[in-house]
Amino acid sequence: MKIEFEHIQAAHCENGVTVSLLKNIGVQKITEPLAFGIGSGLFFTYIPLLKVNKGPAFAFRTMPGLIFKRTCRALGITVRRKRFRRKDKAQGYLDACLDAGHAVGCQVGVYYLPYFPKEYRFHFNAHNLIVYGKDQGRYLVSDPIMENPSTLSEHELERVRFARGVLAPRGQLYYPVAGKPITDELIRKGIRKGISRNIRDMLHIPGPIAGVSGIRFTGRRIKKWRNSMGLKQAGLYLAQLVRMQEEIGTGGGGFRYIYAAFLQEAYAYCPDEVLMEISASFTRSGDLWRTAAVQAAGIYKGRLGSQADFDQMGDYLLEIAELEKQSFMALSKITWTI
Amino acid sequence: MKKEEVPQDPGSLGKVTKEVCYATDESGKYTTELSQGWEVKTGALDVAWQDIAERVAAARAKVLRQEASPLLYFMELKLMDVGVLAGYTGFWKWQVRRHLRPAVFSKLSERKLRRYAEVFEVSVGDLNSLNVHEDRV
Repeated sequence: MKIEFEHIQAAHCENGVTVSLLKNIGVQKITEPLAFGIGSGLFFTYIPLLKVNKGPAFAFRTMPGLIFKRTCRALGITVRRKRFRRKDKAQGYLDACLDAGHAVGCQVGVYYLPYFPKEYRFHFNAHNLIVYGKDQGRYLVSDPIMENPSTLSEHELERVRFARGVLAPRGQLYYPVAGKPITDELIRKGIRKGISRNIRDMLHIPGPIAGVSGIRFTGRRIKKWRNSMGLKQAGLYLAQLVRMQEEIGTGGGGFRYIYAAFLQEAYAYCPDEVLMEISASFTRSGDLWRTAAVQAAGIYKGRLGSQADFDQMGDYLLEIAELEKQSFMALSKITWTI
Repeated sequence: MKKEEVPQDPGSLGKVTKEVCYATDESGKYTTELSQGWEVKTGALDVAWQDIAERVAAARAKVLRQEASPLLYFMELKLMDVGVLAGYTGFWKWQVRRHLRPAVFSKLSERKLRRYAEVFEVSVGDLNSLNVHEDRV
Protein backbone atom coordinates (compact mmCIF):
# COMPACT_ATOMS: atom_id res chain seq x y z
CA MET A 1 0.00 0.00 0.00
CA LYS A 2 1.44 3.28 -1.07
CA ILE A 3 -0.27 6.61 -1.25
CA GLU A 4 0.71 9.20 -3.82
CA PHE A 5 2.56 11.58 -1.57
CA GLU A 6 4.88 14.48 -2.11
CA HIS A 7 7.53 15.03 0.56
CA ILE A 8 7.84 18.67 1.63
CA GLN A 9 10.70 19.95 3.74
CA ALA A 10 9.82 22.61 6.28
CA ALA A 11 11.52 24.71 8.92
CA HIS A 12 9.40 23.27 11.70
CA CYS A 13 7.99 19.78 12.03
CA GLU A 14 4.41 20.57 12.93
CA ASN A 15 4.01 23.25 10.24
CA GLY A 16 5.46 20.82 7.76
CA VAL A 17 3.11 18.03 8.77
CA THR A 18 0.15 20.39 8.54
CA VAL A 19 1.11 21.63 5.08
CA SER A 20 1.86 18.14 3.75
CA LEU A 21 -1.27 16.50 5.12
CA LEU A 22 -3.45 19.29 3.74
CA LYS A 23 -1.73 19.14 0.33
CA ASN A 24 -2.32 15.43 0.31
CA ILE A 25 -6.08 15.94 0.52
CA GLY A 26 -6.05 18.61 -2.15
CA VAL A 27 -5.72 21.83 -0.13
CA GLN A 28 -2.95 23.59 -2.04
CA LYS A 29 -3.19 27.11 -0.67
CA ILE A 30 -1.78 26.60 2.80
CA THR A 31 1.95 27.30 2.94
CA GLU A 32 4.17 26.86 5.97
CA PRO A 33 3.99 30.52 7.09
CA LEU A 34 0.21 30.55 6.63
CA ALA A 35 -0.20 27.40 8.73
CA PHE A 36 2.03 28.90 11.41
CA GLY A 37 0.16 32.22 11.46
CA ILE A 38 -3.38 30.84 11.25
CA GLY A 39 -2.43 28.36 13.97
CA SER A 40 -1.08 31.28 16.10
CA GLY A 41 2.22 29.48 16.51
CA LEU A 42 4.32 32.31 17.93
CA PHE A 43 4.73 32.23 21.67
CA PHE A 44 7.18 32.48 24.51
CA THR A 45 7.23 31.03 27.96
CA TYR A 46 9.79 30.33 30.64
CA ILE A 47 8.76 28.03 33.45
CA PRO A 48 11.38 28.42 36.18
CA LEU A 49 10.30 25.42 38.23
CA LEU A 50 10.16 22.93 35.38
CA LYS A 51 13.40 21.29 34.30
CA VAL A 52 14.13 19.82 30.88
CA ASN A 53 17.29 17.72 30.68
CA LYS A 54 18.29 19.29 34.00
CA GLY A 55 18.14 22.80 32.52
CA PRO A 56 15.48 25.50 32.41
CA ALA A 57 12.34 25.00 30.35
CA PHE A 58 11.64 27.50 27.58
CA ALA A 59 9.15 27.32 24.76
CA PHE A 60 9.07 29.54 21.72
CA ARG A 61 5.86 28.20 20.24
CA THR A 62 2.42 27.06 21.30
CA MET A 63 1.64 23.65 22.73
CA PRO A 64 2.41 20.85 20.29
CA GLY A 65 -0.61 19.84 18.25
CA LEU A 66 -2.33 23.22 18.36
CA ILE A 67 -1.01 24.56 15.05
CA PHE A 68 -2.48 21.63 13.14
CA LYS A 69 -5.72 21.70 15.09
CA ARG A 70 -6.32 25.43 14.71
CA THR A 71 -5.41 25.58 11.04
CA CYS A 72 -7.77 22.73 10.20
CA ARG A 73 -10.53 24.24 12.30
CA ALA A 74 -10.15 27.61 10.60
CA LEU A 75 -10.56 25.89 7.24
CA GLY A 76 -13.50 23.80 8.42
CA ILE A 77 -11.68 20.51 7.87
CA THR A 78 -12.54 17.64 10.19
CA VAL A 79 -9.59 16.06 11.97
CA ARG A 80 -9.47 12.56 13.36
CA ARG A 81 -7.08 12.15 16.27
CA LYS A 82 -6.44 9.05 18.32
CA ARG A 83 -4.25 7.83 21.15
CA PHE A 84 -3.73 4.25 22.19
CA ARG A 85 -3.13 2.22 25.25
CA ARG A 86 -2.08 -0.91 23.41
CA LYS A 87 0.76 -1.02 20.90
CA ASP A 88 -0.78 -3.68 18.67
CA LYS A 89 -4.01 -1.68 18.36
CA ALA A 90 -1.99 1.44 17.49
CA GLN A 91 -0.26 -0.38 14.67
CA GLY A 92 -3.48 -1.99 13.48
CA TYR A 93 -5.22 1.38 13.33
CA LEU A 94 -2.31 2.93 11.44
CA ASP A 95 -2.33 0.08 8.89
CA ALA A 96 -6.08 0.46 8.43
CA CYS A 97 -5.68 4.21 7.79
CA LEU A 98 -2.99 3.58 5.20
CA ASP A 99 -5.19 0.94 3.54
CA ALA A 100 -7.97 3.50 3.37
CA GLY A 101 -5.59 5.88 1.61
CA HIS A 102 -4.94 8.37 4.40
CA ALA A 103 -1.44 9.68 5.03
CA VAL A 104 -1.22 10.00 8.79
CA GLY A 105 0.62 12.38 11.13
CA CYS A 106 2.24 10.80 14.16
CA GLN A 107 3.61 12.36 17.33
CA VAL A 108 6.90 10.67 18.18
CA GLY A 109 9.86 10.87 20.53
CA VAL A 110 13.21 11.54 18.87
CA TYR A 111 15.46 9.52 21.19
CA TYR A 112 15.07 6.28 19.25
CA LEU A 113 14.59 7.84 15.81
CA PRO A 114 17.29 6.02 13.81
CA TYR A 115 17.77 8.49 10.96
CA PHE A 116 18.39 11.41 13.33
CA PRO A 117 22.02 12.23 14.05
CA LYS A 118 23.03 10.91 17.45
CA GLU A 119 23.84 14.41 18.72
CA TYR A 120 20.20 15.41 18.44
CA ARG A 121 18.66 12.40 20.12
CA PHE A 122 17.33 13.56 23.47
CA HIS A 123 14.19 12.39 25.20
CA PHE A 124 12.10 14.96 23.39
CA ASN A 125 8.60 13.77 22.60
CA ALA A 126 6.93 16.52 20.60
CA HIS A 127 8.29 15.70 17.18
CA ASN A 128 5.91 15.06 14.29
CA LEU A 129 6.25 13.02 11.14
CA ILE A 130 4.01 11.57 8.46
CA VAL A 131 3.57 7.90 7.61
CA TYR A 132 2.35 7.57 4.04
CA GLY A 133 2.71 3.92 3.20
CA LYS A 134 4.15 0.52 3.92
CA ASP A 135 6.50 -1.33 1.64
CA GLN A 136 7.79 -4.84 2.38
CA GLY A 137 7.14 -4.47 6.09
CA ARG A 138 8.77 -1.05 6.37
CA TYR A 139 6.83 2.15 6.91
CA LEU A 140 7.43 5.00 4.49
CA VAL A 141 8.05 8.10 6.53
CA SER A 142 8.09 11.74 5.52
CA ASP A 143 9.80 13.76 8.23
CA PRO A 144 9.37 17.46 7.40
CA ILE A 145 12.73 18.54 8.74
CA MET A 146 14.63 16.04 6.58
CA GLU A 147 15.48 16.71 2.96
CA ASN A 148 14.32 13.27 1.83
CA PRO A 149 11.74 10.72 2.97
CA SER A 150 12.98 7.74 4.97
CA THR A 151 11.69 4.37 6.15
CA LEU A 152 11.23 2.78 9.57
CA SER A 153 10.70 -0.86 10.54
CA GLU A 154 7.57 -1.81 12.48
CA HIS A 155 9.59 -2.09 15.66
CA GLU A 156 11.34 1.25 15.17
CA LEU A 157 8.10 3.10 14.51
CA GLU A 158 6.38 1.47 17.47
CA ARG A 159 9.26 2.46 19.73
CA VAL A 160 9.17 6.14 18.78
CA ARG A 161 5.37 6.26 18.88
CA PHE A 162 5.42 4.87 22.38
CA ALA A 163 8.31 6.94 23.70
CA ARG A 164 8.01 7.67 27.41
CA GLY A 165 8.61 10.69 29.60
CA VAL A 166 7.24 14.24 29.47
CA LEU A 167 4.56 14.72 26.76
CA ALA A 168 4.61 10.98 25.98
CA PRO A 169 2.92 10.56 22.60
CA ARG A 170 1.03 7.37 23.55
CA GLY A 171 0.85 6.39 19.89
CA GLN A 172 -0.99 9.55 18.96
CA LEU A 173 -1.91 9.85 15.30
CA TYR A 174 -4.04 12.36 13.44
CA TYR A 175 -5.20 13.10 9.93
CA PRO A 176 -7.65 15.36 8.12
CA VAL A 177 -10.61 13.27 7.04
CA ALA A 178 -11.45 14.84 3.68
CA GLY A 179 -10.48 17.87 1.65
CA LYS A 180 -12.82 20.54 0.38
CA PRO A 181 -12.49 23.63 -1.77
CA ILE A 182 -10.92 26.45 0.22
CA THR A 183 -11.97 29.98 -0.65
CA ASP A 184 -9.81 33.06 -0.14
CA GLU A 185 -12.54 34.32 2.14
CA LEU A 186 -11.97 31.39 4.48
CA ILE A 187 -8.23 32.03 4.55
CA ARG A 188 -8.79 35.74 5.26
CA LYS A 189 -10.97 34.82 8.23
CA GLY A 190 -8.33 32.36 9.40
CA ILE A 191 -5.63 35.01 9.18
CA ARG A 192 -7.67 37.48 11.18
CA LYS A 193 -8.51 34.91 13.83
CA GLY A 194 -4.91 33.66 13.95
CA ILE A 195 -3.50 37.13 14.46
CA SER A 196 -5.97 38.12 17.15
CA ARG A 197 -5.38 34.86 19.03
CA ASN A 198 -1.65 35.48 18.83
CA ILE A 199 -2.12 38.98 20.23
CA ARG A 200 -3.97 37.43 23.15
CA ASP A 201 -1.24 34.84 23.76
CA MET A 202 1.62 37.31 23.63
CA LEU A 203 0.08 40.34 25.35
CA HIS A 204 -2.79 39.29 27.55
CA ILE A 205 -1.93 36.10 29.42
CA PRO A 206 -1.88 37.04 33.10
CA GLY A 207 1.24 36.39 35.11
CA PRO A 208 4.90 37.09 34.37
CA ILE A 209 6.05 33.92 32.60
CA ALA A 210 4.15 33.84 29.31
CA GLY A 211 4.17 36.00 26.21
CA VAL A 212 5.99 39.33 26.01
CA SER A 213 6.18 39.60 29.79
CA GLY A 214 7.82 36.16 29.81
CA ILE A 215 10.62 37.46 27.59
CA ARG A 216 11.09 40.45 29.89
CA PHE A 217 11.06 38.17 32.93
CA THR A 218 13.71 35.90 31.38
CA GLY A 219 15.86 38.94 30.54
CA ARG A 220 15.77 40.15 34.13
CA ARG A 221 16.46 36.66 35.44
CA ILE A 222 19.49 36.17 33.20
CA LYS A 223 21.17 39.21 34.73
CA LYS A 224 21.06 37.44 38.09
CA TRP A 225 22.20 34.03 36.89
CA ARG A 226 25.91 34.72 37.18
CA ASN A 227 25.72 35.53 40.86
CA SER A 228 23.05 33.07 41.82
CA MET A 229 24.41 29.92 40.19
CA GLY A 230 27.98 30.59 39.12
CA LEU A 231 29.49 31.04 35.69
CA LYS A 232 29.51 27.39 34.66
CA GLN A 233 25.90 26.62 35.48
CA ALA A 234 24.76 29.94 33.99
CA GLY A 235 26.61 29.01 30.80
CA LEU A 236 24.76 25.69 30.70
CA TYR A 237 21.46 27.47 31.15
CA LEU A 238 22.23 29.89 28.33
CA ALA A 239 23.26 27.01 26.08
CA GLN A 240 19.90 25.43 26.82
CA LEU A 241 18.17 28.71 25.91
CA VAL A 242 19.99 28.81 22.59
CA ARG A 243 19.21 25.17 21.85
CA MET A 244 15.54 25.71 22.60
CA GLN A 245 15.66 28.85 20.51
CA GLU A 246 17.46 27.75 17.41
CA GLU A 247 17.34 23.98 17.19
CA ILE A 248 15.19 22.01 14.83
CA GLY A 249 11.66 21.59 16.06
CA THR A 250 11.78 24.76 18.14
CA GLY A 251 13.52 27.84 16.81
CA GLY A 252 12.83 31.21 18.46
CA GLY A 253 14.68 33.41 16.01
CA GLY A 254 13.50 31.16 13.20
CA PHE A 255 9.90 31.40 14.35
CA ARG A 256 10.06 35.21 14.21
CA TYR A 257 11.15 34.98 10.59
CA ILE A 258 8.35 32.54 9.79
CA TYR A 259 5.89 34.92 11.41
CA ALA A 260 7.30 37.81 9.37
CA ALA A 261 6.84 35.67 6.25
CA PHE A 262 3.30 34.94 7.36
CA LEU A 263 2.49 38.64 7.63
CA GLN A 264 3.80 39.18 4.11
CA GLU A 265 1.59 36.40 2.81
CA ALA A 266 -1.30 37.75 4.84
CA TYR A 267 -0.81 41.07 3.05
CA ALA A 268 -1.56 39.35 -0.25
CA TYR A 269 -4.97 38.36 1.14
CA CYS A 270 -5.73 41.49 3.18
CA PRO A 271 -3.83 44.46 1.75
CA ASP A 272 -3.19 46.62 4.78
CA GLU A 273 0.16 48.42 4.94
CA VAL A 274 0.43 47.76 8.66
CA LEU A 275 0.99 44.07 7.95
CA MET A 276 4.06 44.86 5.84
CA GLU A 277 5.47 47.26 8.42
CA ILE A 278 5.04 44.78 11.24
CA SER A 279 6.50 42.03 9.09
CA ALA A 280 9.67 44.12 8.94
CA SER A 281 9.70 44.57 12.70
CA PHE A 282 9.40 40.81 13.22
CA THR A 283 12.39 40.40 10.94
CA ARG A 284 14.23 42.79 13.25
CA SER A 285 13.05 40.81 16.25
CA GLY A 286 14.36 37.59 14.68
CA ASP A 287 17.70 39.30 14.04
CA LEU A 288 17.81 40.43 17.66
CA TRP A 289 17.16 36.88 18.91
CA ARG A 290 20.10 35.76 16.84
CA THR A 291 22.31 38.55 18.18
CA ALA A 292 21.34 37.44 21.66
CA ALA A 293 22.26 33.86 20.76
CA VAL A 294 25.71 35.02 19.62
CA GLN A 295 26.14 36.83 22.93
CA ALA A 296 25.08 33.67 24.81
CA ALA A 297 27.54 31.63 22.75
CA GLY A 298 30.29 33.99 23.85
CA ILE A 299 29.42 33.18 27.44
CA TYR A 300 29.09 29.41 27.20
CA LYS A 301 32.21 29.12 25.11
CA GLY A 302 34.13 31.11 27.70
CA ARG A 303 34.94 34.11 25.51
CA LEU A 304 32.80 36.39 27.67
CA GLY A 305 31.88 36.04 31.31
CA SER A 306 31.73 39.31 33.22
CA GLN A 307 28.58 40.63 34.85
CA ALA A 308 28.46 43.29 32.11
CA ASP A 309 28.16 40.51 29.52
CA PHE A 310 25.22 38.99 31.37
CA ASP A 311 23.61 42.42 31.67
CA GLN A 312 24.03 42.90 27.94
CA MET A 313 22.42 39.48 27.34
CA GLY A 314 19.48 40.40 29.55
CA ASP A 315 19.14 43.77 27.84
CA TYR A 316 18.84 42.09 24.44
CA LEU A 317 15.84 40.18 25.73
CA LEU A 318 14.30 43.31 27.23
CA GLU A 319 14.72 45.01 23.87
CA ILE A 320 13.07 42.08 22.10
CA ALA A 321 10.19 42.13 24.58
CA GLU A 322 9.58 45.81 23.93
CA LEU A 323 9.81 45.39 20.16
CA GLU A 324 7.39 42.44 20.08
CA LYS A 325 5.02 44.25 22.39
CA GLN A 326 4.92 47.24 20.03
CA SER A 327 4.43 44.92 17.06
CA PHE A 328 1.47 43.09 18.55
CA MET A 329 -0.06 46.36 19.75
CA ALA A 330 0.13 47.67 16.20
CA LEU A 331 -1.45 44.46 14.90
CA SER A 332 -4.26 44.79 17.41
CA LYS A 333 -5.12 48.23 16.00
CA ILE A 334 -5.79 46.96 12.48
CA THR A 335 -9.35 47.59 11.38
CA TRP A 336 -10.35 44.49 9.49
CA THR A 337 -12.68 44.81 6.55
CA ILE A 338 -13.79 41.20 6.80
CA MET B 1 17.88 37.96 8.11
CA LYS B 2 18.89 38.30 4.49
CA LYS B 3 19.18 35.30 2.25
CA GLU B 4 22.94 35.58 1.91
CA GLU B 5 23.32 35.85 5.70
CA VAL B 6 21.88 32.39 6.33
CA PRO B 7 24.71 30.63 8.15
CA GLN B 8 26.47 27.75 6.42
CA ASP B 9 28.68 26.33 9.16
CA PRO B 10 28.98 22.56 8.83
CA GLY B 11 27.53 20.92 11.95
CA SER B 12 26.41 17.47 13.01
CA LEU B 13 22.97 17.85 11.43
CA GLY B 14 24.54 19.13 8.24
CA LYS B 15 25.95 15.66 7.60
CA VAL B 16 22.44 14.21 7.45
CA THR B 17 20.23 16.99 6.17
CA LYS B 18 20.07 20.71 5.58
CA GLU B 19 17.60 22.88 7.41
CA VAL B 20 15.04 25.19 5.86
CA CYS B 21 15.42 28.82 6.95
CA TYR B 22 13.17 31.74 6.17
CA ALA B 23 15.06 34.78 4.93
CA THR B 24 14.47 37.85 2.79
CA ASP B 25 15.66 38.32 -0.78
CA GLU B 26 16.96 41.57 -2.38
CA SER B 27 13.50 43.15 -2.49
CA GLY B 28 12.75 42.27 1.14
CA LYS B 29 10.35 39.46 0.23
CA TYR B 30 10.55 36.24 2.24
CA THR B 31 11.79 33.03 0.65
CA THR B 32 13.39 29.89 2.00
CA GLU B 33 17.04 29.00 1.97
CA LEU B 34 18.79 25.81 3.05
CA SER B 35 21.29 26.09 5.87
CA GLN B 36 24.08 23.66 6.70
CA GLY B 37 24.15 24.69 10.33
CA TRP B 38 25.23 27.52 12.55
CA GLU B 39 28.34 27.64 14.70
CA VAL B 40 26.43 29.18 17.62
CA LYS B 41 24.01 26.23 17.66
CA THR B 42 26.74 23.66 17.32
CA GLY B 43 28.46 25.29 20.28
CA ALA B 44 25.34 25.06 22.42
CA LEU B 45 24.94 21.40 21.53
CA ASP B 46 28.61 20.71 22.34
CA VAL B 47 28.18 22.32 25.75
CA ALA B 48 25.17 20.11 26.43
CA TRP B 49 27.09 16.95 25.46
CA GLN B 50 30.11 17.94 27.53
CA ASP B 51 27.81 18.33 30.50
CA ILE B 52 26.35 14.89 29.83
CA ALA B 53 29.83 13.35 29.58
CA GLU B 54 30.73 14.89 32.95
CA ARG B 55 27.54 13.63 34.52
CA VAL B 56 28.14 10.11 33.18
CA ALA B 57 31.68 10.10 34.53
CA ALA B 58 30.49 11.37 37.91
CA ALA B 59 27.77 8.71 37.99
CA ARG B 60 30.28 5.97 37.19
CA ALA B 61 32.54 7.10 39.99
CA LYS B 62 29.61 7.16 42.36
CA VAL B 63 28.63 3.62 41.43
CA LEU B 64 32.19 2.38 41.89
CA ARG B 65 32.26 4.01 45.33
CA GLN B 66 29.10 2.02 46.13
CA GLU B 67 27.12 5.20 46.67
CA ALA B 68 24.60 4.39 43.97
CA SER B 69 23.52 1.32 42.06
CA PRO B 70 24.62 0.75 38.43
CA LEU B 71 21.21 2.04 37.34
CA LEU B 72 22.41 5.61 37.91
CA TYR B 73 25.27 5.15 35.46
CA PHE B 74 23.07 3.70 32.72
CA MET B 75 20.38 6.28 33.38
CA GLU B 76 22.81 9.14 32.79
CA LEU B 77 24.32 7.34 29.81
CA LYS B 78 20.91 7.05 28.17
CA LEU B 79 20.06 10.68 29.09
CA MET B 80 17.13 9.47 31.18
CA ASP B 81 15.73 10.77 34.41
CA VAL B 82 13.73 8.77 36.93
CA GLY B 83 10.46 9.59 35.17
CA VAL B 84 11.62 8.43 31.75
CA LEU B 85 13.18 5.25 33.16
CA ALA B 86 10.03 4.49 35.12
CA GLY B 87 8.01 4.98 31.94
CA TYR B 88 10.09 2.57 29.88
CA THR B 89 10.48 -0.13 32.54
CA GLY B 90 6.94 0.04 33.86
CA PHE B 91 8.12 0.46 37.45
CA TRP B 92 6.79 3.25 39.62
CA LYS B 93 9.06 6.25 40.11
CA TRP B 94 9.45 5.48 43.82
CA GLN B 95 10.53 1.96 42.93
CA VAL B 96 13.19 3.24 40.55
CA ARG B 97 14.44 5.66 43.20
CA ARG B 98 14.65 2.77 45.64
CA HIS B 99 16.49 0.60 43.14
CA LEU B 100 19.09 3.34 42.84
CA ARG B 101 20.35 2.32 46.29
CA PRO B 102 23.10 -0.32 46.01
CA ALA B 103 21.77 -2.40 48.91
CA VAL B 104 18.33 -2.66 47.32
CA PHE B 105 19.71 -3.20 43.82
CA SER B 106 21.86 -6.16 44.89
CA LYS B 107 18.74 -7.99 46.06
CA LEU B 108 16.69 -7.43 42.89
CA SER B 109 15.30 -10.51 41.20
CA GLU B 110 16.63 -11.68 37.85
CA ARG B 111 13.32 -10.69 36.24
CA LYS B 112 13.47 -7.12 37.43
CA LEU B 113 17.09 -6.83 36.38
CA ARG B 114 16.13 -8.10 32.93
CA ARG B 115 13.55 -5.34 32.64
CA TYR B 116 16.22 -2.74 33.27
CA ALA B 117 18.77 -4.46 31.06
CA GLU B 118 16.30 -4.56 28.19
CA VAL B 119 15.61 -0.82 28.39
CA PHE B 120 19.32 -0.02 28.57
CA GLU B 121 20.01 -2.50 25.75
CA VAL B 122 22.70 -4.39 27.66
CA SER B 123 22.85 -7.87 29.19
CA VAL B 124 22.20 -8.41 32.88
CA GLY B 125 25.88 -9.20 33.34
CA ASP B 126 26.87 -5.90 31.74
CA LEU B 127 24.37 -4.12 33.92
CA ASN B 128 26.28 -5.24 36.97
CA SER B 129 29.75 -4.71 35.57
CA LEU B 130 29.03 -1.32 33.88
CA ASN B 131 30.08 -2.67 30.51
CA VAL B 132 28.96 -0.65 27.53
CA HIS B 133 29.14 -1.70 23.92
CA GLU B 134 29.40 1.54 22.01
CA ASP B 135 28.24 0.03 18.72
CA ARG B 136 24.75 -0.62 20.08
CA VAL B 137 22.65 2.49 19.99
